[in-house]
Amino acid sequence: MATFDVTDSDFAEKVLKSPTPVLVDFWAPWCGPCKLAEPVLDELSEEHKDKLTVVKLNVDENQKSASDYDVMSIPTTILFKEGSEVDRQIGFAGRQAYEDLIKMGI
Amino acid sequence: MNDIINFASKPREGDPWEVAIIGSGPASFTAAIYTTRGAASTLILGGEKWGGQLMLTTTVDNFPGFPEGVQGPDLMQKMKAQAERFGAEFVAKNVEAVDFDKKPFEILAGGVKYLAKSIIIATGADTKWLGVPGEKELIGRGVSSCAPCDAPFFKGKRVAVVGGGDSAMEEALTLTKYTDDVTIIHRRDEFRASVAMQKRVTENSKIKILWNTEVTEIIGKDRVEKLILKNNKDGSSSELPVDGVFVAVGHVPSTQVFAGKIEMDEKGYVVVKDSAAVNTHEGVFVAGDVHDWHYGQAVTAAGFGCMAGIEALRFLDKPAPSW
Repeated sequence: MATFDVTDSDFAEKVLKSPTPVLVDFWAPWCGPCKLAEPVLDELSEEHKDKLTVVKLNVDENQKSASDYDVMSIPTTILFKEGSEVDRQIGFAGRQAYEDLIKMGI
Repeated sequence: MNDIINFASKPREGDPWEVAIIGSGPASFTAAIYTTRGAASTLILGGEKWGGQLMLTTTVDNFPGFPEGVQGPDLMQKMKAQAERFGAEFVAKNVEAVDFDKKPFEILAGGVKYLAKSIIIATGADTKWLGVPGEKELIGRGVSSCAPCDAPFFKGKRVAVVGGGDSAMEEALTLTKYTDDVTIIHRRDEFRASVAMQKRVTENSKIKILWNTEVTEIIGKDRVEKLILKNNKDGSSSELPVDGVFVAVGHVPSTQVFAGKIEMDEKGYVVVKDSAAVNTHEGVFVAGDVHDWHYGQAVTAAGFGCMAGIEALRFLDKPAPSW
């Protein structure tokens, strides 16, 4: 499944109440490393589509969620399972770092 | 988008690339523009974190041809598109090992072995961190090397920038768009930044400057809370409560994968002979911040890339383009 966007208003429904683990990419259009992360997350979303949902949250437009989860650097990618954070990857460190994070939840 | 103008066809399976370029900043893409236009098959092993230091910037005002400035990440995407337009193959994998003693040369990237008749090393330089206690643990939790990425999270908060060069000035100025409380901490009593950048900083009332001061520790549990400072003139210690600290004290060349294989100086910069070649292996060239400890600009990196590209074409006995 392709990635899709979540917002402050549907964060609870799409992420916290999701029956499957959700990887949330906190990003913004002006962030260079976020652009590098995007195609990698798209690929991982496709590869793990049966077990995992990958979503994107624009921190400019959704400051509440970013602040709720203490995001202070982007890209930050947080894995949620059953409504709570499992772990996070701060910064874009390449594909393996995301795979290691995903393994913690599926 | 212009059509692909394929000057440089790809080698048949099992045959070596004529040029393999390691890295993906301005030096790498400029080299690729020249080698492809010289009809040399060109592979760019760009790394997963491709694009180099300009990916961590906002507006670049000193790259010629952009009178209104250009966004660093946009400039890099354009350079990549330009190299690909002439037939360069771009692979976003990290190089894991090189063997320059084999002919053709061998490179292992993402678990795949690539062969090349010539190589251009353009791996650039990475952020140099302070190396003080607390720093590593708090990266992304208030410690940052990328103000353009992270400044918006410090709206109305107290932040410090460590460094005295152009990039420290840029980080501080970027931060003033979000907060009125920016302190530059610099270990000397003058900046080495350009006059233009210094002027913008000293005229900005939101920026305070602590001269002759070094950070000795970063304190914080889940996020940065304060810095321990030491005045290197009188030896006095002090604390500065901050929510964020942006590190801009320079760069270290990215040459770990070449350790022991080519000649480097004591800081890890590749030693260059005859403008663009390495000392040790014929057919291995070098360009940009990986050898240039002096200028470190996007435009000089591009210039060095051009030189290395032309030298690689000469080595391959191909006529260099554009003259």
